[in-house]
Amino acid sequence: MRELDVTIVRRAVAQMVVEANCCIGDTMMQCLQRCRDAEEKPLSRSILDKIILNDQLAEERQVAMCQDTGMAIFRVKVGQDIRFVGGSLEEAIQRGTAEGYCDGYLRKSVVNDPLFERVNTRDNTPAIIYYEMVDGDKLDITFAPKGFGSENMSAIKMLKPADGVDGVLDFVMQTVKNAGPNPCPPMVIGVGIGGTFEKCAQLSKFALMREVGSHNEDARYAALEKELMQCINTLHIGPAGLGGNTSALGVHIEYFPTHIAGLPVAVNICCHAYRHSHVVL
Amino acid sequence: MIRLQLPLRREDIASLRAGDEVLLSGTVYTGRDAAHKRLYEAMQRGEELPVDLRGQLIYYVGPAPAKPGQPIGPAGPTTSYRMDPYTPALLDAGMAGMIGKGQRTEPVRQAIMRNGAVYFITIGGAAALIADSIRSKETVCYEDLGTESVCRLEVEDFYAIVGIDAQGNSIL
Repeated sequence: MRELDVTIVRRAVAQMVVEANCCIGDTMMQCLQRCRDAEEKPLSRSILDKIILNDQLAEERQVAMCQDTGMAIFRVKVGQDIRFVGGSLEEAIQRGTAEGYCDGYLRKSVVNDPLFERVNTRDNTPAIIYYEMVDGDKLDITFAPKGFGSENMSAIKMLKPADGVDGVLDFVMQTVKNAGPNPCPPMVIGVGIGGTFEKCAQLSKFALMREVGSHNEDARYAALEKELMQCINTLHIGPAGLGGNTSALGVHIEYFPTHIAGLPVAVNICCHAYRHSHVVL
Repeated sequence: MIRLQLPLRREDIASLRAGDEVLLSGTVYTGRDAAHKRLYEAMQRGEELPVDLRGQLIYYVGPAPAKPGQPIGPAGPTTSYRMDPYTPALLDAGMAGMIGKGQRTEPVRQAIMRNGAVYFITIGGAAALIADSIRSKETVCYEDLGTESVCRLEVEDFYAIVGIDAQGNSIL
């Protein structure tokens, strides 16, 4: 067993929270630049220029690129040979989240109760944490702050097996069309296919934790990602929803075995502030 | 690019067309979900509002905290449609227009036309850049709402695009 002090986890999480919110990263910056160069509509090109400038300023000044610094989502892969010392892993991640949001001048956007009180928790906790047990003695943490302009445009549907590939394409396209200019396009689309009702939603969230423009290892799903990307970019939603050929920056599909009677599909949309940080401890 | 002084004159608004790019300078008020609910409920009860929005623009924003020495933190627009249930009443009470992002429902478009108002959009997710055009921020009411409180902002060359003009034309 390897001992891991949770204080190290807490400090790492606090840093990850700030880093993801302030630095878009090289891959996203290059992606935005490529889209800007390929954009045909002058107004849309100028909007992409402003988005790129915004992301550069945020990194230089170490301020949030978007005021909606989101709800904190973590995917945590826990090596089964780790023994945590000095407290609980859950508490370390929650406290690290609170520290990052409070010390990093990030907006606290979480309310304590969804329906009745809706009082701000003032430290952006609780974070939503998905744990997975894996082999080995490493702790692998991915953090993605999720803004709700795009989260609100997401959708889930229990398709019939007979709906097949066309059914999936139709549902994804319908969801993106309905979203239109609302989720701060150009957007990244996470699609979860299979599993159960909640599993496909989780898959769609994990799809949004992949590097932008990466493809599924399965060639059939990768082909579907490319086809959806092309179709979405012909919708001419465009940057800020004002038209042009840059509507999606990436389409990522994740899949899982499912029941003989089902074909669940979830579409989770992310804005152009496609933010992540990753650490292995 | 059209430069406009705030508060907007009705003839300025009438001359704007959907798709025009503008730079706004002067006063705007912030307000989003929770503040709209309170303003609307106060109007329903026939109370005087704690902020006079007649002739003014409301900017749908919940800024991030300011770093020391800065007037405001990152401050991009939030999605407008969530304010749609409350917007026609505010426009009918004399508000000149809104700044946000995304689409509006038909009752809002009708209220814009009926009142000779305007809906501006600005770039969602360009919060650090937008903050550069905000010179000061002062809380006016609903301070307990934190980032959702109503604030008075002084802006200079604040970039926006006319989303829906007073004739009801829309680019969204």
